[in-house]
Amino acid sequence: MRAARAVLYGLWTVAFALGLVGVWQRIAYGHTLAGYGSYVVWGLWVAAYAYFVGLSAGSFLFAALVNVLNVNVLRPLSRTALFTALVSIAVALLAVLFDLGHMNRAFEVFTSPNFSSMMTWMVWLYAAYGILLLALMWYERNGNTGMVRALYTVGIPLAIAFPGGGGALFATLSSKPYWHQPLYPIFFVVGALLSGAALMAALASVFWPDRSDMLHVLGRTVLGLIALDLVLEWAEFSIPLWYGVSPEKEVLMQILTGRFWWVFWVVHLVLGSAVPVALLLWRPHHATCVGIAGALTALTFLAVRLNIVIPGQVTPELRGLENAFSDHRLTFSYVPTTHEWLVLLFLVAVGLGALWLGFRYLPLIETREVETHERYS
Amino acid sequence: MAGKELAPLPAAAAGPEADVLLRMQADLRRALEKPVAERRWVMVIDLRRCMGCHSCTIACIAENKLPPGVVYRPVIDEEIGTYPHVSRVFTPRPCMQCDSPPCVPVCPVAATFKRPDGVVAIDYDRCIGCRYCIAACPYNARTFDFGEYYTEDTPALQPYEKAPTYEYGQKRVRSGGASPVGNARKCHFCLHRLEEGMLPACVTSCVGRATYFGDANDPESLVHELIGRPNVQVLKPEAGTMPRVYYLV
Ligand code: SF4
Ligand code: SF4
Repeated sequence: MRAARAVLYGLWTVAFALGLVGVWQRIAYGHTLAGYGSYVVWGLWVAAYAYFVGLSAGSFLFAALVNVLNVNVLRPLSRTALFTALVSIAVALLAVLFDLGHMNRAFEVFTSPNFSSMMTWMVWLYAAYGILLLALMWYERNGNTGMVRALYTVGIPLAIAFPGGGGALFATLSSKPYWHQPLYPIFFVVGALLSGAALMAALASVFWPDRSDMLHVLGRTVLGLIALDLVLEWAEFSIPLWYGVSPEKEVLMQILTGRFWWVFWVVHLVLGSAVPVALLLWRPHHATCVGIAGALTALTFLAVRLNIVIPGQVTPELRGLENAFSDHRLTFSYVPTTHEWLVLLFLVAVGLGALWLGFRYLPLIETREVETHERYS
Repeated sequence: MAGKELAPLPAAAAGPEADVLLRMQADLRRALEKPVAERRWVMVIDLRRCMGCHSCTIACIAENKLPPGVVYRPVIDEEIGTYPHVSRVFTPRPCMQCDSPPCVPVCPVAATFKRPDGVVAIDYDRCIGCRYCIAACPYNARTFDFGEYYTEDTPALQPYEKAPTYEYGQKRVRSGGASPVGNARKCHFCLHRLEEGMLPACVTSCVGRATYFGDANDPESLVHELIGRPNVQVLKPEAGTMPRVYYLV
C-alpha cells in the first residue's frame, strides 16, 4: 500500500513538474507553441474546459440529488461530490484562461459585459455558481442543514443552466452546421450528468468499496446515462446522415472515418461505453468493476468533448479557402502540440492535487459518515 | 534641355467615362464631406475581371503589416471542370462588413462592433482574444494574431515586420504580447486610409481593376451604379448576414 502510494505521489510530482513547463511556455511564448490556428481556433484547452464544466455540473447535481431529494444511499458521497464540483469548475476556468489571447483582460467580462454573448452568460453563471459552492461548503461545515438544502435547491437550475449554456455557446453559432443544433444544450446536460456520475462511481469504489448498495445505485445510474447519451448520439449522427445530403455530412464522416476515427470508435464507443456497460452488467455490485467502469467513462469523456469542439471547425466556410493562402496557421487541420498536452497535464495535476488536499484536510469522507449517521438515524 | 518647357499632359477624363480609380477617388471625397453616419461604405468585386494575381492580398498585408496566420483578403482559386476542359474562378474574400454581423453579438466584451458607416471594427485594447467571433463568422474572415513573425527563424528578424500599423488610426508596433498580438483581426476596409481620403489598399492595387469601393448612399457613385445591376450577388445570402461586399458575376 505504502509503495503504491509512493508511486502515485511520484507520478503526480512528475506530472505537475511537466505541467509547470507547459505553463511557463504559455507565459513565455504566448500562443506561438500551440497547434490551433486562425481557422481551427479552439483546440484541446477549450475541449478540456467543456469537459471539466461537465464534470463539475454532474458532480454538483449528484450532491444536490442527495440533499434535496434525500437519496440517502448516496449520502456519504455528498461532500466529496460538492468538493469535486468546486475543483472541476476551477480547473475548467483555468483552462479557458490559458486559452485567452489576453489573460490579463479576462476581468473585462465583468466590467464591460455584453449580455448578448453566450460567453458572457457563461462566465457570469460560473461566478454565481462558484460563490454558491463556497457558501455551500461553509454551511456544510457549520452544520446548517436548512441553508444547505436551500442552496442546493437554488443550485439545481444553475447546474443545469451552465452545462446547457455551454452547449448553447456552440449551438448558437449558425456558421457551424455541426454545432448549430437544438439538441446540443440537452446533449451537454446529459453528458455532464454522465461524466459526473461516472466520476462519483470511481471515487465511491475507492473510498467505500464495501458499500455495495451505493455502488450498485451508482453503477445503474451510469448505465442508464450511457444509454441515454448513446440514444442522443444516434439522433445526432443518423438524422443528418440518413439521406447522405446535408451540410453536416462532411463533418460527421470526418468523425466516423477520418484521420481520428479511433477517437470515436475506440476511445469513446469501446473504452468509454461498451467496456463500462459490460462491466456494469457483469458485476453490478463489485467495487473494482464499478470503479473501472466509472473511471473509464469519466476519463474518455474528454474524447466526446474533443469530437465536438474540433470537427466543428475543420471544414472551410467557403470551398477552396483552404488553398487560398499558404500558412501554417491557415489550415483546417489540427493536432494538439506537446505544449498543449503539457498545459492539460498541469490542469489535471492541479485538480488531482486539490482533490487530494481536500480528502486529506477537509472533512469530506469519514466525518460525513458519522454526521450523516447522527443526523439521519 | 535646359529651359525647355514640358508640354502639359492632357487632362484625365472626368465623369462616368473616367478611369474607375479616378472616379472612385472623387466619390470618396464627396462621401467624406458627409457625416459618418450618412456614409454607406460598400465594396463591389467583378469576378469576371479578377485574374487571380493576389495583388490585393499582398497589398493588404503590406498596408496592415499582417503577420503569419493573419490574412484579411485571400483570393480563393477554384478549378472548374475536368482536364482539358477546365477554367478557373477567382473569388477575393475580404470581410463582408455584414449588416447583420454574427461576429458582433458573440463578443463577450463588446470589443467588436458595427460603426455607423457600416464597418465592423475591433477595439484591440478591449479584445480579450477569446476567438468566439472568429468561430462565429460564416466567411472565415477573421483570423488570430499569434505573435509570430515571418522572418523570426532566419538569421535576422527583418525591420519591416516591426514597422507600425495604423489600423483604426492607431499607431501600433507588434512586439511582445501587446495588441494586436493576441487579438482577433480582420479587414476593416482600410478605415485609416479612408479617413485620410485614400481608397483601400486592395482597391488601388487591383491589377484587373476588378475591385470597386465607395458610398452606396451617393446616387452618383460608381458602387451605387454597380450594385443596382442584375448580375449582382453576395456570398452565402442564406446565412442572413446581409453583406456589404457585392460580387458581379
Ligand atoms: S464577414 Fe465575418 S467578420 Fe466580417 S462582418 Fe461578417 S461575420 Fe463579421
Ligand atoms: S476575440 Fe476579441 S473581438 Fe473576438 S469575441 Fe473575443 S474579445 Fe471579442
